[in-house]
Amino acid sequence: MELTNYLYLSVVLFALGATTVLLRRNTIVVFMGIELMLNATNLALVTFARMHGDVTGQVLAFFVMVVAAAEVVVGLAIIVTIFRARRSASVDDVNLLKS
Amino acid sequence: MTVSGGETVLFWVLAPLMVLAASGLLVVRRAVHAAVCVVFVMISLAVLYVAQEAPFLGVVQVVVYTGAVMMLFLFVLMLVGVDAADSLTETIRGQRWVGLLLGLGLASVLGGVIARSTFPPPRGLAETGGVTNPVALARVVMEHYVVAMEVVGILLVTAAVAGLVLTHRRRLGAKPTQRALAEAKIAALPTGRHLSPLPAPGVYAQNNAMDTPALDHTGRPLEHSVPRVLRIRGQQREAAELLTAEETLVHRELDVPDDPVPSVGPDSSEGETR
Repeated sequence: MELTNYLYLSVVLFALGATTVLLRRNTIVVFMGIELMLNATNLALVTFARMHGDVTGQVLAFFVMVVAAAEVVVGLAIIVTIFRARRSASVDDVNLLKS
Repeated sequence: MTVSGGETVLFWVLAPLMVLAASGLLVVRRAVHAAVCVVFVMISLAVLYVAQEAPFLGVVQVVVYTGAVMMLFLFVLMLVGVDAADSLTETIRGQRWVGLLLGLGLASVLGGVIARSTFPPPRGLAETGGVTNPVALARVVMEHYVVAMEVVGILLVTAAVAGLVLTHRRRLGAKPTQRALAEAKIAALPTGRHLSPLPAPGVYAQNNAMDTPALDHTGRPLEHSVPRVLRIRGQQREAAELLTAEETLVHRELDVPDDPVPSVGPDSSEGETR
């Protein structure tokens, strides 16, 4: 098996995450799509590290994980704040700038 | 470096399942089901990391992503309401098809890049100086990425403080004291407020579930003995049907003929059925 199969898997997961962000209305599901995209890039980074025989790719994936954890904390806090103010977790309802 | 047969089998077992779970994110209606799909994808990714000579990242993936991040997601889902199903009505016409087309385009562009680029022959991580994977990672981090590590630490602290600040709610009124609560209770007495704790749900011979009301001293069901959530959801059971069921049981057990006790109703049978 070629190592590129891992890269193709990562591409498919990334595209599925991006489509989730485009299609879903629930803010939390949209956020899960972003997490899926981050995970897909991590898989690609780990595969590249193995391909080139250099653990730097794994270090980068590690940094991506840390930043993703920080991002999740802030993002979910924002979602909770919006839900408290507007009683809704749908992206369609956050249209204060409209009208 | 060659990929072992076991790893090939592992990949071809896990990859279709992962893609299936990830597309579940697109189609499932409830956010909790989507969270379960993502958890599956993340655990499978951890397995793939371990297979790809990255055991440290595999462990971190389980601990950070499935352990912390997805649990945080589930907590927020509980705050926002587990029942909140996504509406599938389109607000922008044709958004679904445009989104699917864009996703497909992204996949084909990225896949095309991978297919057309030539990669060096895979070298593997076997010759990393004879140290284990975490040690090799630590050497790279501490030699080349010290500043990045510090910055990431600051970022984590900032994010933690931001989470606290964003979800903090300032108290608008004074905190109610015990005395104030007691006085409010006494003041609400004329409006039908009970001072004593609420009665427990009913215990019958055959049934002692939470949804069955208790009976008061006259044999009438006490509505407020059933928990409020069950009452609001309409999942409360009627006392009358239970009592008739129990009465037939009592009759059968005692072999009482129906005629001599004509006046056995819910009220008079309370003593023997409860």
